[in-house]
Amino acid sequence: MNDAPEPLLRARNLVKEFATGGAGLFGRSARFRAVDDVSLEVRTGETLALVGESGSGKSTTARLIARLLDTTGGSIEFAGREVHRLSGKALHAFRGEVQVIFQDPYSSLNPKHSVERIVTAPLVYQRRRIPGGARDFTKELMERVGLNPDHSARFPSQFSGGQAQRIGIARALAVGPKLIIADEAVSALDVSVQAQVINLLRGLQEEEGFSYLFIAHDLAVVRQIATRVAVMNGGRIVEEGERDQVFGAPRDEYTKKLLSAIPRINPEWDARRRENERARRAREQEAAL
Amino acid sequence: MIRFLLNRVMGMVVVLFLVCLFTFVIFFVLSPDPAVQICGKNCTPEVIDQLRANLGLDQPFWSQFWTFVSGLFVGRTYGSGPNAIDCAAPCLGYSFQTSQPVFDMIAQRLPVSATVAIGAAILWLLAGVSAGLVSAVREGRFADRFITGLTLTGMSIPNYVLGLSLQFLLVVTLGWLPFPQAVPFSEDPVQWFSNYLMPWIVLAVGASAVYTRLTRANVIETLQENYVRTARAKGLSPGLVWRRHALRPALTPIVTIFGMDFAGLLGGALITETVFGLNGIGKMAADSITKNDQPVIMGVTLLAAFFVVIGNMVVDLLYTAIDPRVRVGSAA
Amino acid sequence: MSETPRDTENLLRVRDLTVGFHTAAGQVDVVKQLDFDLARGGALGIVGESGSGKSMTSLAIMGLLPKGASRSGSIEFDGTELTTLPERAMRSIRGDRIAMIFQDPLSSLNPYYTVGTQIAEAYRSHRSGVTRRQARKVAIEAMERVHIRDAARRVDHYPHQFSGGMRQRVMIAMTLSMEPELIIADEPTTALDVTVQAQILDLLAEIRSDTGAGLILITHDLAVVSQVTDHLVVMRDGDLVEQGAAEQIFTDPQRDYTRMLLDAVPRIDDEIGLLRTLTAPTAEEES
Repeated sequence: MNDAPEPLLRARNLVKEFATGGAGLFGRSARFRAVDDVSLEVRTGETLALVGESGSGKSTTARLIARLLDTTGGSIEFAGREVHRLSGKALHAFRGEVQVIFQDPYSSLNPKHSVERIVTAPLVYQRRRIPGGARDFTKELMERVGLNPDHSARFPSQFSGGQAQRIGIARALAVGPKLIIADEAVSALDVSVQAQVINLLRGLQEEEGFSYLFIAHDLAVVRQIATRVAVMNGGRIVEEGERDQVFGAPRDEYTKKLLSAIPRINPEWDARRRENERARRAREQEAAL
Repeated sequence: MIRFLLNRVMGMVVVLFLVCLFTFVIFFVLSPDPAVQICGKNCTPEVIDQLRANLGLDQPFWSQFWTFVSGLFVGRTYGSGPNAIDCAAPCLGYSFQTSQPVFDMIAQRLPVSATVAIGAAILWLLAGVSAGLVSAVREGRFADRFITGLTLTGMSIPNYVLGLSLQFLLVVTLGWLPFPQAVPFSEDPVQWFSNYLMPWIVLAVGASAVYTRLTRANVIETLQENYVRTARAKGLSPGLVWRRHALRPALTPIVTIFGMDFAGLLGGALITETVFGLNGIGKMAADSITKNDQPVIMGVTLLAAFFVVIGNMVVDLLYTAIDPRVRVGSAA
Repeated sequence: MSETPRDTENLLRVRDLTVGFHTAAGQVDVVKQLDFDLARGGALGIVGESGSGKSMTSLAIMGLLPKGASRSGSIEFDGTELTTLPERAMRSIRGDRIAMIFQDPLSSLNPYYTVGTQIAEAYRSHRSGVTRRQARKVAIEAMERVHIRDAARRVDHYPHQFSGGMRQRVMIAMTLSMEPELIIADEPTTALDVTVQAQILDLLAEIRSDTGAGLILITHDLAVVSQVTDHLVVMRDGDLVEQGAAEQIFTDPQRDYTRMLLDAVPRIDDEIGLLRTLTAPTAEEES
């Protein structure tokens, strides 16, 4: 990775403080530092996973990068431009190039709008032409995220959780983003649906070549999708590295603790299951012949 | 805790000051010259000028305002020389109509309004909360629907309609209650009670309807809480689950609203007092408005604001006592 | 605890359990003819995705089904049929002999009372003639058993003064004060961080080995269940998919749904590749 070109996103020394408690007429309000000197890079086509437990500051960091929150300190550069100085047209362009997928699909989709309206909304807001017309454009996107294109006139409540999350993904894809920030995007989903959405996210990245900033607390999920991993604790990044290094040879104590706490299915059981599976398949084939 | 109190008191002072200022501005800008009104029929420009000087109306706005505000704390003097009138410390001025000190007028009438407010509050609290509880327990059944119907009726009848119909029905047609006559409690408790009964009922009907719905909604919501399920999972008896785990959380928000409603009522029940001819703050306010008696209106407005602000603070303090989440910080 | 060992091998025997709701569209069953047993001192995992009916099963055992739900079939606890038991008798079992731990410890604790009061409450209502002081002592002891430091002081604190993991310890202490024979834990670690989850699971294991109580663990997390329980019931849409010894189900699942479920779980120490999903749409994706 030494010959890596300029990264798509580069955040330097990010700080975000929140006021805690009412200030009143007397006294200054206490301040809580949610993000404390965080620096990170996301390169084109890769997935950087930001992991940590609740209160680690990972979601706040994501929001800072998407410019959904203002920073207290530090700088964020996206495609060579300083994000927090963008305004007007340049900000519009940034909003198109960086898309966010949230944890709760239902609360991030307007329940009164049809899929077609939801998916095309980012383009409409940006006064961009919808290639091929709204109807066909929506249908094509729905097909790409594994939804039935005939359901483009339906409303979010008519979809299951996994399907609703796919609508959120379709909306993010509509504007042809360079970076997708997935904030616990698969955390609320059932395991079978979660697996499908992870597969979908990976497939889309292969096709489109965009980058992910993948925020999650579930390390096993992260391992399936990340190129590199940054572990956050108490507002700081405690360890960052290539996926296999972080999972295989963690250096930081906290990372080690986190990894050892993950409940796992006995690998020996898994091995026996695969063996049994192979045997069963062989039997079935034999019977078929 | 001390910082909290200090903050609250400072906030109170600011609010009261602003109320003063706004009321003052309204009168200064909008109302006709009080000196002309007081002067009456046989008026000469000289008398008017004299009156204006005595009342301080010849002064610029900020000077008048300052005299008024400082009068509240240190008193003020009207006129000068041997004819000067001293108005002692919480000085709200003199009524243009009766020349009585406004403070005394308020002091005279406050007990009436307080009696109206306290009686009505007890009534609506009892009726509202118990009807709400019954409604919540029997959710969706006949009793619930019946009570809901009643509350809708109660909320939609205007005070004066209910007041006049009650008066007509109970006093004139049925003769169950004697004709209202102002008597002190010590003289004739029965007459005293029957005087107040109707205003209490009239005020309580609308309010208890609101409290019924509030209680019902709160209780039903609380019963859905996970901790109620926990209480049941512990094997507590239904009575205990209700008393300890459902009632207290459900009734806490009612304290807030009750404090505010009651404080508002202390500032006078305008319509009800007028309908029943009770000589309370509300009636005084109504009279002073029709006669443009500025000092009285000022006094009543300030009093009402004072009660609301105090009520607010009492509710906040009560909340710290009732809700541990407010009382103790969440230092884990 | 009663010292009269009964002749039955199983602590809990569930047969033909059906839980249904009456709706405008007619009866909707969320648990359908479920059969399973829990051996004395055993640990049973009920796993399934959302809508599988696993939580309703636990509430049916406790007799705490929400309004409008009905149950049929048989639930035999230590030889006593629970479905026909009068409410008063059921209440004396609930919290005393069968205790339950819920998913979200913050909302499951009443914010208006100290944790001590809430732990002691069950004890006082099940044991007659208990003084306030005795109950308080029981609460402190229970808190010590779940390793809450400084229990004598913490007993007077309110739920919001505890962290998420500590709150779940309080919930567990609440069940412990009664020495229950069966603990039902409904997603007890789902709302917790992974490091805290590990601690709570260790605690549950410790309590089980100390008291010999039976455990029913309801969860969506196959990895958790694989570490805690010896038997497994897999549910889907209210149906029993398959059940058996944990090792048998994890090494040789008999049903496609179980296989898919096992394949879909991302592993921390297994090969990375396309996660296998059921070719047929899952129930959730069908609608």
